[in-house]
Amino acid sequence: MDKFRMIFQFLQSNQESFMNGICGIMALASAQMYSAFDFNCPCLPRYNLAYGLGILLVPPFILFLLGFVLNNNVSMLAEEWRRPQGQRGKDPAVLRYMFCSMAQRAMIAPAVWVSVTLLDGKCITCAFCTSVPVETLGNASHPGLSQREMKRVLARIPCKEIYDGQELIANEVAIRYLRCISQALGWCFVLLMTMLAFLVRSLRPCFTQAAFLKSRYWSHYIDIERKLFDEMCAEHARSFAKVCIQQFFEGMSTDLAAARCHPPRKAPADAGEAAEKLLGIIDQGTMNTALKSWHRCKPPLHLHPPALPSGNGWAGEEQPPVHPPVPRREMVAYYSRV
Amino acid sequence: MDRFRMIFQYFQSNSESVMNGICGLLALASIKIYTCFDFSCPCLPWYNMAYGLGIMFVPPITLFVCGLILNRQSLVMLEEWRRPQGHRKKDLAVIRYMCFSIMQRAMVAPVIWIVVTLLDGKCLICAFSGSVDPEKFVGFANVGPLQVQQLLVKVPCKDDELMRNNTSRKAVSRYLRCWSQALGWSILLILIVAVFLARWLRPCFNQATLLQARHWSNYIDIEQKIFEETCCEHSRLFAHKCILHFFKSMRQEIKLHSFSLPRQGEGAEGGEDLLRGITDQDQVNKLLKMWYYEKPPLDISQVTQRHPLGQERSSLPWADSPSTQSKFLQHTDV
Repeated sequence: MDKFRMIFQFLQSNQESFMNGICGIMALASAQMYSAFDFNCPCLPRYNLAYGLGILLVPPFILFLLGFVLNNNVSMLAEEWRRPQGQRGKDPAVLRYMFCSMAQRAMIAPAVWVSVTLLDGKCITCAFCTSVPVETLGNASHPGLSQREMKRVLARIPCKEIYDGQELIANEVAIRYLRCISQALGWCFVLLMTMLAFLVRSLRPCFTQAAFLKSRYWSHYIDIERKLFDEMCAEHARSFAKVCIQQFFEGMSTDLAAARCHPPRKAPADAGEAAEKLLGIIDQGTMNTALKSWHRCKPPLHLHPPALPSGNGWAGEEQPPVHPPVPRREMVAYYSRV
Repeated sequence: MDRFRMIFQYFQSNSESVMNGICGLLALASIKIYTCFDFSCPCLPWYNMAYGLGIMFVPPITLFVCGLILNRQSLVMLEEWRRPQGHRKKDLAVIRYMCFSIMQRAMVAPVIWIVVTLLDGKCLICAFSGSVDPEKFVGFANVGPLQVQQLLVKVPCKDDELMRNNTSRKAVSRYLRCWSQALGWSILLILIVAVFLARWLRPCFNQATLLQARHWSNYIDIEQKIFEETCCEHSRLFAHKCILHFFKSMRQEIKLHSFSLPRQGEGAEGGEDLLRGITDQDQVNKLLKMWYYEKPPLDISQVTQRHPLGQERSSLPWADSPSTQSKFLQHTDV
């Protein structure tokens, strides 16, 4: 557990490292998914190609899209792309940078899936077993077989138990051949991807370093600004809610006191801080009324500015002691509907 | 767990350690990939050689390039090499040192792959089974030339119907494996002796230059990291001030448009500071709408009048201007 926590903390230490972490997890998940997947070649002439190529190409596409979905910055990119210009210009280089860095990370899991599939060999064996060169590897002059028949026989190569063409071409020979081709393709693919990644990373400092520094700074800025704005809004909402509720309770207690035609009972003066927190509600009946009122008739989302001492309406009340962090009560704004 | 944490912390303590750590991980990954890889020789005349030599040489190239990519210092070195001279001269000795140390670290995983492949022997058996001299082996000596070729290429495949009960197959296999392992151990020995000599004899040549080159390459790396950290810090402060300014300007706008002037609003700011004058559902909605439709300009010069940063910068437009970057760089506090 400690180990996981440490790794987790390290990965969360900054945004880039977090995204790299997600990337790595997806790559491992992709390899694990492949090994857990139960590959079952249909061993029928046209279905083989569809199944084999489907397993080779469809999951990588899904993983690529998943890579985008799991990336928090996608919504940031979309927002920046679609926002109206307003007072702040839009820089296409920044958008391009954000998109490229997301696409690069999303490409890793699909590339791992395709490499593992090709290196394992089952997909290519299944997809292309009907195209094995029988002339060179086997006995093409085997009599009595039409083209269609031969294809039907060859399609059963991946399914050793039902293969009946041993005289046409040996099962092991065909599988070895196809697997060799598949592994060669796999390693070539891995080499190509690695070279591409290397070129992309190394050409950047040679040509566009200044533009890159600029794009990177502003894309981080947009991210940080969005997070800070959310934090400030959350802070604001908290204060808003606090003041709104305080005003509700105070309004409640004053209201009820007025309805009973006596001033609100004050807690004993020496009760101190706890008394302040009671907000003037100090008996069961009042509390129950307050709770019922909160449910039936929530206050409007409108906080009252601090009132002048020469208030109106309820000016007969003496001003409650001023609590510095809390705005002073205004007397007339809230009518309870209890 | 403590041990793991200590190892982790040790590796992260400086960038050299991080690179050594990555190098080690890549070496382990190389061995793991080799053991997981399902080697199956095609046992066909030309394909054997291509497959065997391909498996021996293509993955090492991939691992080498991977080693270059994963090493952060390669980017730093490229940037240092390609940067315009400016006020700081370029020291080729430093760049050479960095290049050399990157190459050294990137070579470890490929060499391990090649050595493990040779010691295991399967690749060489697959590649060269068709090229052995059939006269040396009893089972193949009396067979016709065409047929002997056919038989020899099937030697790596134990389960092939022709090879199943063939005793000479084992002889050829052992012969080739012996050569392969001899080659593997020789390469390992030569490399280790070379590394040993290099480390021992290095202090005899240019030790002072080496120390300088190492110091400055470390410096360039650290400077790059600190620049990135400072940029992050700066953008955080910038964003903070920008948003505060936005809230203030919203509040001013609301004051202008509404008739109810806050009477002692400014005086009783205390606990309402967090509310920043936005105290109404409509006002909040308006603020959020404004944030989306009209983000504030990236210009906090009025806000930061007293701030040293503000004095030297009037505005920071996004359009690229040559002066922007140099102004920005002046503010980096190292």
